[in-house]
Amino acid sequence: MYTQGLDVQKGDVSIPLEQGDSELERRFQAKIDADEKIEPKDWMPEGYRKTLVRQISQHAHSEVVGMLPEGNWITRAPSLRRKAALLAKIQDEAGHGLYLYSACETLNVSRQELVDQLLEGKAKYSSIFNYPSTTWADIGAIGWLVDGAAIMNQVPLQRCSYGPYSRAMIRICKEESFHQRQGYEIMLTLARGTAAQKRMAQDALNRWWWPSLMMFGPNDKDSPHSAQSMRWKIKRVSNDELRQKFVDVTVPQADFLGLTMPDPALRWNAGSGHYDFGEIDWEEFKQVLQGNGPCNRERMRDRNRAHERGRWVREAALAHAEKRRARAAAQTTAVAAE
Amino acid sequence: MSERDWPLWEVFIRAKAGLAHKHAGSLHAADAQMALENARDVYTRRGEGVSLWVVPSTAITASDPEDKEAFFEPTGDKIYRHPTFYEIPEDVKNI
Ligand SMILES: [Fe+2]
Ligand SMILES: [Fe+2]
Repeated sequence: MYTQGLDVQKGDVSIPLEQGDSELERRFQAKIDADEKIEPKDWMPEGYRKTLVRQISQHAHSEVVGMLPEGNWITRAPSLRRKAALLAKIQDEAGHGLYLYSACETLNVSRQELVDQLLEGKAKYSSIFNYPSTTWADIGAIGWLVDGAAIMNQVPLQRCSYGPYSRAMIRICKEESFHQRQGYEIMLTLARGTAAQKRMAQDALNRWWWPSLMMFGPNDKDSPHSAQSMRWKIKRVSNDELRQKFVDVTVPQADFLGLTMPDPALRWNAGSGHYDFGEIDWEEFKQVLQGNGPCNRERMRDRNRAHERGRWVREAALAHAEKRRARAAAQTTAVAAE
Repeated sequence: MSERDWPLWEVFIRAKAGLAHKHAGSLHAADAQMALENARDVYTRRGEGVSLWVVPSTAITASDPEDKEAFFEPTGDKIYRHPTFYEIPEDVKNI
């Protein structure tokens, strides 16, 4: 998902995942088993803290980088209504980034460290944002599929064991549903439009469907960190389960649009009560996560450029605040002296 | 690369007149005015509030969760602070 990078770092030993059995750890796990929340100042195992920092920061980075493919279309939105909606959606994503960075900061990391990790290319963000948004229909497909997949993942995370993360997810989920609906509305309008518009919608679906399925991360059998994360209730539902749920709700939505999923193996399985679907191209997934997707370099370049260009604003704001503080202090001293 | 973070602020929102301000989240801002404006922009985009407080995070003194038991324990055995502690016959009404 937005934190799929967690799953693929096999052999990563920087996060201690073994459960010790000290009294503290036993009490910690008992609290989690009883569905109690963990708050910032409570004792927690180092592995729990580190896993959360990585998961929440990857999630935050994804919200921030996720603004880029959509920002690409703000000035070219086909009507004022669409432009206002797209702007509002992108603004929400900036807010999501902020909620998540704030939640992460309660775990004793600074905003600066987190931002640096992203800009220096040391941190991961969701593979999905490394695909280009080449037509207006892509904005429809992103809202419908990418936000749809995000919602599927984020709803169970509202019950995450870490209080600040869970609260951030609750806020985010409230805001997400408009994102998906505005995307689907764009698709619907195109699908009911001219033959060329319908082709554009189908083309967007063709390009975004498989990358959207990759958002849920590797198959459960290849997801080494999952078991511990489930035990800690940092992750509540497995990758494959969420992916299946997403396919099951999305296929009928595509049918309604009169569009065809780009998967010849896709068919309803009456026995299982689910859709069967084809194999994901895991090699492509791996390549994109490793930095070799179509837009990885462009995204990093744009983030770094934006950060550099904003530097003078950040510095000026601090200097201004400092000046006002000094002036207020001088005034107080003068009054006291009178 | 490294530069100084803007200070951290805690944001409290009054959802409507008559309700208390409730903690909504936090943000970084250079000063109080900017904290207020940023809080409005991120935390009240859909009419979530009619009043905002921002407080420097460093100004908050919190109780220590390690001492939770000892700190809150004194209230545990004072059941006479609750109305149900007092026995009044059924026949007495409106009390
Ligand atoms: Fe989001
Ligand atoms: Fe979204």
